[in-house]
Amino acid sequence: MVRLVVTRLTGAVAVLLTVSLLVFASGEALPGDVAQLMLGEGASQEAVAQLRQQLQLDRPAPERYLGWLGGMVSGDWGVSYTTRRPISEILPPRLANTALLTVLTVLVAVPVALGLGILMALFAGGRFERSTSVVLLGLSAMPEFMLATLAVLIFAVKLRWLPAISNLSITDGPLEAARALTLPVLTLSLAIAAQIARMTRATLVNLADRPFIEMAHLKGASRLRVILVHSLANAIGPLANVVTLNIAFLISGVVVVETIFAVPGLAQLMINSVSTRDMPVIEACAMIFCCVYVLLLAAADLLGTAFNPRLRRSR
Amino acid sequence: MSTTTAPTGLLGRRLRLRRPSLIAAAAGGILVFWIGAALLVPALLPHSPVDFISDDSFEAPSARTWLGTDYLGRDLLARLISAARSTLLISFLATLGAHLIGDTLGILAALRGGWLAAVLERGAEVMLSLPKLIVGLVVIALVGPSATVLVLVTAGVYAATVFRIARAIALDLVTLDYIRAARLRGESMAWVMFGELLPNMLPLLAADFALRMSFSILFMSNLSFLGLGVQPPMADWGGLVRENLEGLASGSLASVYPTIAIASVTISLNLLVDRWGSRGGAGEMRT
Amino acid sequence: MSQELLRVERLTIGPRQGGPAIVQDVSFSAAQGEIVALIGESGSGKTTVSLAALGHARRGLAFRAGSVHVDGVDMTRAGREDLRRMRGRIVSYVAQSAAAAFNPAFRLSAQVTEPARLHQSRPRPAALAAAVELYRRFDLPEPERIGERYVHEVSGGQLQRFMLTMAMIEQPRLIVFDEPTSALDPTTQVEVLAAIRAAMRGQRAAAIFVSHDLPVVAQLADRIVVMRRGRVVEQGPARTILETPSQDYTRSLLQALRQRGKDSSPRAAARFPPVLEAKNISVGFGRGDAAVLAVDRVSMAVHPGEIVAVVGESGSGKTTLAHSLVGLHAPLTGGILLDGVALPGRFQLRSRDERRRIQMVFQSADTALNPSHTIGQILGRVLKLYFNMDRQARAARVRELLGLVHLRPEHAQSKPGQLSGGEKQRVNLARALAASPDVLICDEVTSALDTVIADGVMRLIATLCRERRLGIVMICHDLTAVAGLADEVKVMRRGVVVEEGRPDDVFCAPRHPYTRMLISSIPQLRAGWLDEALAARHGLEASKISSLELMDTSE
Repeated sequence: MVRLVVTRLTGAVAVLLTVSLLVFASGEALPGDVAQLMLGEGASQEAVAQLRQQLQLDRPAPERYLGWLGGMVSGDWGVSYTTRRPISEILPPRLANTALLTVLTVLVAVPVALGLGILMALFAGGRFERSTSVVLLGLSAMPEFMLATLAVLIFAVKLRWLPAISNLSITDGPLEAARALTLPVLTLSLAIAAQIARMTRATLVNLADRPFIEMAHLKGASRLRVILVHSLANAIGPLANVVTLNIAFLISGVVVVETIFAVPGLAQLMINSVSTRDMPVIEACAMIFCCVYVLLLAAADLLGTAFNPRLRRSR
Repeated sequence: MSTTTAPTGLLGRRLRLRRPSLIAAAAGGILVFWIGAALLVPALLPHSPVDFISDDSFEAPSARTWLGTDYLGRDLLARLISAARSTLLISFLATLGAHLIGDTLGILAALRGGWLAAVLERGAEVMLSLPKLIVGLVVIALVGPSATVLVLVTAGVYAATVFRIARAIALDLVTLDYIRAARLRGESMAWVMFGELLPNMLPLLAADFALRMSFSILFMSNLSFLGLGVQPPMADWGGLVRENLEGLASGSLASVYPTIAIASVTISLNLLVDRWGSRGGAGEMRT
Repeated sequence: MSQELLRVERLTIGPRQGGPAIVQDVSFSAAQGEIVALIGESGSGKTTVSLAALGHARRGLAFRAGSVHVDGVDMTRAGREDLRRMRGRIVSYVAQSAAAAFNPAFRLSAQVTEPARLHQSRPRPAALAAAVELYRRFDLPEPERIGERYVHEVSGGQLQRFMLTMAMIEQPRLIVFDEPTSALDPTTQVEVLAAIRAAMRGQRAAAIFVSHDLPVVAQLADRIVVMRRGRVVEQGPARTILETPSQDYTRSLLQALRQRGKDSSPRAAARFPPVLEAKNISVGFGRGDAAVLAVDRVSMAVHPGEIVAVVGESGSGKTTLAHSLVGLHAPLTGGILLDGVALPGRFQLRSRDERRRIQMVFQSADTALNPSHTIGQILGRVLKLYFNMDRQARAARVRELLGLVHLRPEHAQSKPGQLSGGEKQRVNLARALAASPDVLICDEVTSALDTVIADGVMRLIATLCRERRLGIVMICHDLTAVAGLADEVKVMRRGVVVEEGRPDDVFCAPRHPYTRMLISSIPQLRAGWLDEALAARHGLEASKISSLELMDTSE
């Protein structure tokens, strides 16, 4: 098992290094001279040359890549082209907001989704299960911005219960923050919970055809016991895998939701930077998203394997 | 009865046509409606999607404009239909591209194995380790947004997924004796790939195509919604939502119609695959 | 006759959605202490009937009419709670594949004692003690500790005995055995049958024993119910059915058993020089010191018009041997000669004509025929590749080939899915013949077929061999099936040929103890077979090979 963890994590690091190369290369591929771009058309030759030296643009690319990679690891992420501020100042509060949004979503969505999935498996074939299936399928096939716009229309515009904008700032009290985050968290939760609940049900229902589940019924076990004990014990690996993967897939939802609700998070920062082509910021954001994503994927793999009952040993 | 052993692996979830249900019929109807609308209707509409026909933004629906006007006073129905055309065309081309690349390489990797499979697998692994939307954002930051970029980016991000799926299906098949027999008697690689393997993969690949197309629509709609897709004055559905989002505060539904249009297509595609496909359902995760 | 425990009356079961019934009007009964065998080929509905005794219908099936009374309760109409009370306590189930029927996530003891826990019949320590007692009775090693293991840590034969324990732990009044030994190798089957007999002896419980294998049934059953296509063909006391059956179908089953492996076609008078030879070949997996030899220095010579049978249990290396002959698995050492000329080890390096001359007939016709091609296309492809025939020539030759394997010309338009198992295997054979080969390698070609059909396919191969002077290598796990057909028999065990010679010599005077055990393990219709097999086994224990070692190979 230890060996498995080591190989999988080594793989993840290798992938991340490749990703860092791609990200750095895309920064290099930006047409035009960066220093010229930052200072504008009217800047003097000397000023441009000075900035080039300051940004170390005159060094060869491999050397700059290593410097950039070292900076990424040590938290020195460079300077924004547009605001000229160090990215290590802009990023952390943004990251904190995004993390808060994601963690809240996971805490709300995962238990609800697992419970719903188990209920559906328990009543498989019944009216409840069939109608819920269709609703969940609908939810999981909807774009996140549809859920978000509908939520705004209902709760902010029509009912006026909650703010449509979640402009989090430090001055807000916890109550304000909670109100501000309700709609974003609700939207994200719906998207991810639908997915997880469907997969939970599918995992459990697929197990139902296995001979050992039939055997459990024929021993006289109740339906509840068959699902909760016999099926679930074999589903933990796949389910841990599904949950972790879906947390990873939250990224695209986070991007959309932060944009709609104007949550000052990492994704919003990245979108804004894409429109201004602020490459250092884009690179830093992309690297953070990719790191989290790759690590979650690795964790999904490892969890799926760790709970494989066939690896159990009597001694 | 006593010795029916079910085939295992991906093919174990064998695709089977069930009796047509009401839901499947409705889903099919919706798809036919949108394809028809995208192909035929634009010529029949009284207004052009780019004409300013009203001085008011977000004008309420009327006999003249069935869905009202958008934020610049253009006919929303005309824009919705023309957006259907770009959305469906772009996502179809992107899915087609993803499948042409992914299926060919996937089957090849499953058959050949060795270094070729290893290289392709590593490449796919890196691609799959990147959050798709983030890849889209970085690429568009570099080359700028356009319909062509949208097709290429969408095809690119899904090619790796399709590769994995095609390879997995093919790997299930290549160990079967009829493939062994074909190779033993000396058939060419092309025949084994397209003559022996492909016909048996088609049902599963077709199901994935439908599913993949719905994911493509969601992906490109997200990009367009972020302002990084088809550029004004043209728009796809995601772009229409973005344009008209400000109307939401005043209660205008101009941004809601296109979201409904997107959802109607993606949900229909998913429902069809779900009905058509395995009993377990939800075999695919939205990635 | 003592008290009646099970009464099945006019039972009819069919798809829930409608359509033809799978089980129609089945009636029989069982008294205390009586073993009733349900016998029939695949698709006869025997498993469906046996599950009805537990009130269970597989997915998509529903009880349509009739009743199944167990101890006075109609299982087809009982409510969920009543069923729960009955299952595991009054009536229990032994499934075909023990490996699949145990939950991989829990220790075996926990699962074996679960019925006691579910029915709260006794405290856990008492249930565990009872389980250990049964382990001991069924000859499981280390009875005190073996229950701590998980399903993937014990062998198939042992698992079947765990399942027996689970079925017996609540001392039920009726036990349903669903093909409990058909997934096992013959030598393991003997052990499990002995355990079942030991379990049933001195019990008051009744049993339903589902099987497709008449000789197995003959050892255990008091009564036999013969089923075919969902209906009862005939039923009666075991002796009566086996000795004086009243129905043609039963007679044909018995006839096929007696005829098995007997060859009627004339053999060639003169012997030709061998067409295919293997000289001292070793085939292994892995490399260097870590290499495991699946085939260890085996030699053989295949003469035109003769059949060489290679017999062994699973894991004996016989299939690997076949694969190395056709070039799927290159030998590490030794050589393969075609007409005296050395062949490259890997098929990729052999010429097209060399490949054409050695054809393989694969084990399972289900996977050997491409399901999306028609039979005509499957056969035509070979003709086009090897002989570059045009369309018309191909069509004519396809007709000819179909006739050769006793199929109709119309079959050319069918896809494999539309054919029966026996027909598919004939197409499989026809495809190999389409190449006009000199040697056929047949890998367990009849193992998936019912006895009567298997016998027909074997006979066809023998006839083709004699008439067309084909050299044939017949890979098989069943000695009786090849006894009368083969010109030479090789018995393989762990990659080594332990005995070889003319079939008569090998069968009548086996020299190697393993061969002796293998022969004694083949189920026979006569009443005393099981005891003889057990005696042979015990005699073996005294000999050089320990029984542990033997079990090890058979699993």
